[in-house]
Amino acid sequence: MKLRLTLNGTARQLDVHPMRRLLDVLRADLALTGSKEGCGEGECGACTVLIDGEPVNSCLVPVAQAADHEVVTVEHLADEALMSDVQAALVEFGGTQCGICTPGIAVCATVALEREPDASRERLRELLAGNLCRCTGYQLIIDALADAQAARAAAARGHGAERGTGHPGATAS
Amino acid sequence: MTEWIRPPSLDEALAARREHPDFMLLAGGTDLMVGAIARPAPVGVIDLFGLPELSGVSRDPAGGLRLGAGTTFAALLTDDAVRTELPALWAAAREVGALQIQARATLGGNIGTSSPVGDSLPVLLALDAEVEVASSRGTRRLAYDEFCTGYRTHALGGDELIVAVHFPADIGRRVQAWRKVGTRRAQSISKVMFAASVERGADGTVTLARLAFGAVREQPIRALAGEQCLAGETPDAALAEAVAAAVLTDIAPIDDVRSTADYRRTVAGRLARRFVLSLA
Repeated sequence: MKLRLTLNGTARQLDVHPMRRLLDVLRADLALTGSKEGCGEGECGACTVLIDGEPVNSCLVPVAQAADHEVVTVEHLADEALMSDVQAALVEFGGTQCGICTPGIAVCATVALEREPDASRERLRELLAGNLCRCTGYQLIIDALADAQAARAAAARGHGAERGTGHPGATAS
Repeated sequence: MTEWIRPPSLDEALAARREHPDFMLLAGGTDLMVGAIARPAPVGVIDLFGLPELSGVSRDPAGGLRLGAGTTFAALLTDDAVRTELPALWAAAREVGALQIQARATLGGNIGTSSPVGDSLPVLLALDAEVEVASSRGTRRLAYDEFCTGYRTHALGGDELIVAVHFPADIGRRVQAWRKVGTRRAQSISKVMFAASVERGADGTVTLARLAFGAVREQPIRALAGEQCLAGETPDAALAEAVAAAVLTDIAPIDDVRSTADYRRTVAGRLARRFVLSLA
């Protein structure tokens, strides 16, 4: 079927089987390979993309359901060559491990920090509970997000603090 | 090629349903899309996700809450009336998958699948919810235990759609409880689910008791023997033991990949006991 959608800010037209998974269309047809397939069953979150700002598992979305909606993938989080603060924090803190879960974490965490800028570490864990890291490296991931969160809060207070202290576990004040 | 119908209105959805009773009804896809690429594509799909008339929370003329079948769990979680009047449903919604699943999964989808492990289903039983179904012939309402007829089967007619769920007007007065036991709080499919509600008299006696379980039988169930044991009594430690023993006669769990019958019996009894103790 022919459908239109907005993908990473650009209007696109596709001619696809409606039941194909959005994940496969993104990766195979559109060469957006940032979104990963982990489990293919909506358990692991490695394929997380945004549809109209909501994080969803793209392995569970038939592409027809993306028609006339706005899809954002991990490729669109960065501004040209510059990583977003969430991505930069994940790199700096080593919240990446093998890397398969990282794109989904970056997408979901971006939403989490926007929606709940004051989320506690415990709440951050709940918001990220749909993203499984099988290297079990959650500590550094949460450290990274807490750092990005603290840097945003400091910036909002006008302190203009540099994001990141370089010390895992530390939070900018 | 799968024919794809995305009806813009409920009337058009009902017309499509009447014309194509063999088409798959699809909401958020969080159940139906699991393993879908390994199965032959359906002949057709009626895509109900986001249909405005099926979404949202409103108050019905009797004063009870009416939740549109297409309302996502994410939307339920941000609704103040749901949080204050249906705290058991709110708590269940919070433990459905995680953000990604909550953004797509709908209450009506949970009901349409009617899996024995559907997270919201024991809550519907414990809160005397009624399922509103519609066809171009009209609408009807069924209590959830009339709607669900067995393992993943239900009373939805070939030309009908699930359109809403209704709760009694005074439901917010009941003490409500929800507990899901699984390997992990988020994302895991439950081993045992428990939902309950009670009304108390001025002297503390339980005047109305509803106890419901998921994952302990072929379908979500009310624990009628447990309810009978609790109703009319004043909760204390002895009553908690009696109710815990009674619910074991209501359930018939099995061994499967997620747990064992023995574990489920033990946990079901404890959930009932703790709930009664919380009332003491």
